[in-house]
Amino acid sequence: MQSRFTSALFAALLTLLLGSLLLGVTMVSEGIDLVLELSEPHKIYGLIIGAALVFIIQYFKQEVGAVTTRLRGDGSFEMPAFIRTPKQQRLWGFMAVGALLIFPFVSSRGAVDIATLTLIYVMLGLGLNIVVGLAGLLDLGYVGFYAVGAYSYALLNFYFGLSFWVALPIAGLLAALFGFILGFPVLRLRGDYLAIVTLGFGEIIRILLNNWTDLTGGPNGIARIPKPDLFGLEFNRRASEGGQTFHEFFGIPYSSEYKVIFLYLLAFALVLLTLYVINRLIRMPIGRAWEALREDEIACRALGLNPTVIKLTAFTIGASFAGFAGSFFAARQGFISPESFTFIESAIILAIVVLGGMGSQLGIILAAMAMTILPEMAREFDEYRMLLFGLMMVLMMIWRPQGLLPMKRPHLELKRD
Amino acid sequence: MLTLENVHTHYGPIEALKGVSLNVQQGEIVTLIGANGAGKSTLLMTVCGDPRASAGTITWKGNDITKEETSKIMRTGLAVVPEGRRVFSAMTVEENLSMGGFFNKTTYDQRMAHVLELFPRLEERFKQRAGTMSGGEQQMLAIGRALMSEPELLILDEPSLGLAPLIINQIFDIIHKLRDEGMTIFLVEQNANQALRLADRGYVIENGKIVLEDTGANLLVNEDVRKAYLGG
Repeated sequence: MQSRFTSALFAALLTLLLGSLLLGVTMVSEGIDLVLELSEPHKIYGLIIGAALVFIIQYFKQEVGAVTTRLRGDGSFEMPAFIRTPKQQRLWGFMAVGALLIFPFVSSRGAVDIATLTLIYVMLGLGLNIVVGLAGLLDLGYVGFYAVGAYSYALLNFYFGLSFWVALPIAGLLAALFGFILGFPVLRLRGDYLAIVTLGFGEIIRILLNNWTDLTGGPNGIARIPKPDLFGLEFNRRASEGGQTFHEFFGIPYSSEYKVIFLYLLAFALVLLTLYVINRLIRMPIGRAWEALREDEIACRALGLNPTVIKLTAFTIGASFAGFAGSFFAARQGFISPESFTFIESAIILAIVVLGGMGSQLGIILAAMAMTILPEMAREFDEYRMLLFGLMMVLMMIWRPQGLLPMKRPHLELKRD
Repeated sequence: MLTLENVHTHYGPIEALKGVSLNVQQGEIVTLIGANGAGKSTLLMTVCGDPRASAGTITWKGNDITKEETSKIMRTGLAVVPEGRRVFSAMTVEENLSMGGFFNKTTYDQRMAHVLELFPRLEERFKQRAGTMSGGEQQMLAIGRALMSEPELLILDEPSLGLAPLIINQIFDIIHKLRDEGMTIFLVEQNANQALRLADRGYVIENGKIVLEDTGANLLVNEDVRKAYLGG
């Protein structure tokens, strides 16, 4: 009892001490000097409340622990009763697709925009999931392939005038090629070493894009990347030379919302395609081989599987999805620069995969939504936004370290009474 | 069928095999016994090409496989049950077995039926995750998985490791049954007593060298072997 009190008090004082240095004082410039002053009262009160909270949580640690253990469960996740059979799951899937198709027509432009961004992250998450979640290869440079895809479209359009639809498959192929090239040196590496090399690779691509000014425009990036068209119909107010616009073709007044909705639907179609392809891959022998490799590389070799080939396919296929996402990103933004492809992007995509529960596709979709929508919703907290975000991640790791929806393998267990 | 001639294997500067020669003939059970660190597992892994032999030749069905890639060697009718079972624990029994039959789909159903006949326990656990099974069941799965590739030579690395005596007997019964079906078996064991009783021939390895070679029955009564491996 005694030690419980002292340790709680110690934690609270520590919080107060650290917090008061970070939040309790502000720097004010007086002439050429900087002086420390006490912050506004509400910050001080906040600090005291925070310290009190830490004290209470520490004091009742065991009780809190019991609650979190219950939340954590045994790692398994039961679907609610109404979505358990495959038939019901398909029905719900169709309903979700239907709802998402109607969504852009009934919500605001801003919401559709964020939804489009979410879909890009879903695509990236699903792609990285192949490498990290299924094949078990920690890739911290995934953003490199995203950049390759984005720059492929931007440059092919800039220099050769290729349209989005022609550039999309090329971007996927180029990203896949880069995945293949990266695959070679990292074949012998595992775990931490692999993570470092891939991290370096992502940075190399970004720095290359930044410095190869003649080709890529360097830090200025590439602007005026055209938006995708719909069977030759453009979404601009005025048609380009020899082109036709969407609203003229259908004889309706121009609205910039058409473009936003079209981009959303396009992203949605790409995500559906990604889901379809990856689902097929997982059911194919190569999908099994990825999982087997994650489980035990030595056993794979003993069975005559070639880990080199399996790793290469995982890297290549994973990268190609980043390529598709990248070229769509370039088309949507209309402007790209190396700024968009920093390490933090890799970290976010990885966080989506881990948060979603490695290997689980539904989990990744949910996590991508959480990772893009929550920061948007928390905008009113302005400078505390990322703090809040970090806190959420920490809580998540305490309560559900296995992710939102861990991958579930079909299996039967004997019931014990 | 399988012949090693003066094979040397190095781990960096350490020489783990110092010129090993042995052979396994079609249809026999050959066992390799030795103490911890004598080079049993190294020898076996060298046959599989990982680590690769630094000198000497390994011939399998008349072909030199000394410099061949592991994954290729493992597709030429050779199957290994690695030490410590190494089943894919998050995958079901069925998926584990299907990984064993990865490269040969034509006779898949027959081989699956055969494996399940050998190990009825695996059929009971068909949809269960391998990691949730007992050690003995996992060992059965590891052997079943190796059999799925329809091997001509089955290499077993310490199949009795960490198992209860009753289970060990079951495993050895299965090995016997496999031999009766015409399978050639190369068995690496610490459990020298049981291995020698089962084997047609045996080799004793010490410090990376083969020191004795004889029939299983003879080794079983050999004074030195009794002293060193069978507890007097």
